[in-house]
Amino acid sequence: MTEEQLEKNFQDRIDAEQKIEPREWMPEKYRKHLIRQISQHAHSEVIGMQPEGNWITRAPSMRAKMVLMAKVQDEAGHGLYLYSACETLGINRDELVEQLHTGKAKYASIFNYPTLNWADMGAVGWLVDGAAIVNQVSLQRTSYGPYARGMVKICKEESFHQRQGYEIIAAMAKGTPQQKEMAQDALNRFWWPSLMMFGPHDSDSPNSGNAIKWKIKRESNDVLRQRFIDKTIQQAELIGLTVPDEDLKWNEERQSYDWGEIDWDEFYEVINGNGLANRQRVAQHKKAHDQGAWVREAAKAYAVKQKNKEVLV
Amino acid sequence: MSVDNNQGELWEVFIQSKNNLPYKHVGSVHATDKEMALQNARDLYTRRGEGRGIWVVPSQYIVASDPQENAEFFDPSEDKIYRHPTFYVMPEGSKNI
Repeated sequence: MTEEQLEKNFQDRIDAEQKIEPREWMPEKYRKHLIRQISQHAHSEVIGMQPEGNWITRAPSMRAKMVLMAKVQDEAGHGLYLYSACETLGINRDELVEQLHTGKAKYASIFNYPTLNWADMGAVGWLVDGAAIVNQVSLQRTSYGPYARGMVKICKEESFHQRQGYEIIAAMAKGTPQQKEMAQDALNRFWWPSLMMFGPHDSDSPNSGNAIKWKIKRESNDVLRQRFIDKTIQQAELIGLTVPDEDLKWNEERQSYDWGEIDWDEFYEVINGNGLANRQRVAQHKKAHDQGAWVREAAKAYAVKQKNKEVLV
Repeated sequence: MSVDNNQGELWEVFIQSKNNLPYKHVGSVHATDKEMALQNARDLYTRRGEGRGIWVVPSQYIVASDPQENAEFFDPSEDKIYRHPTFYVMPEGSKNI
């Protein structure tokens, strides 16, 4: 079959809502796009462990500590499901980690914001995981089988994350005036960065064209962002907090919220490495990876020893 | 790029979620030996009681059919409709068959 026929068959299958599996023919650009997107997604989960891991030792109760540890473990798990899906495309884990360390691969810019106090644990779970869920629910229908299946698994686990965050921030909003102020402050700082998680406006989104055609992405950035806003406002109102957007207004006709404009300069600054915590996040990952080198070497030496033993017996 | 960070071999993971259900492929893990592969698979894929049995197999030993040869490869079963019960004509009025 010629390249052209293969490509047509491929697109026909995509159009018929079939999933593409690892060993099947796919256009090189499809493969590249997936590797970029899935690895970025995996790195986001793994780097996302840091802002919350930061608070495990200072959790205000034993219950809070157990919950936070379970959540951070889940993020590690989600990162690994995604690395596993990514590796089916013919790239190995060493390369993926290398790309994170050199900056060739990106991760979600939200994790370059620092978590300053306990209220931020609430805001991160409620807003950041909330935004991630909207995106990931949509990606359950992505065209690449291993990615879609990973998303199904992740979505099942993710709703605990959002609920534990909302529980924290709701408790603080109901607490002393000072605690309520902390909750409001956390919402103020995390609201706009959470909206940025959905990426540029559709009109400025350079990677969207093929991604929609190939059904890697099922819905556009703006559609997903609006869905997140519409879901979240009621949750903020219910606990007496105010979303920091003066232009926010219910639009009766659209049955949806109108809202203000994202500070795109900030968005691109953070993406380009100048957020508050960019350097720290990657340096921390590299440090953990390098400091674990001896463990990996020992494990490998142990495996060789076991193998030699088998031969002797 | 060739980097080797000793992150272990790739193992495919199969989980049996309940008694009497078949083992199902769920993904992969990295490990340097079989115990580690089992433990990593447990920690990664059964954090919420999703499994009562795990198989791990080094990925390099999985032999897979080639999807691009599906047409020829699965051809032998295509035209044998007599392997299905609906092929046979039952006498009018017959029951429980």
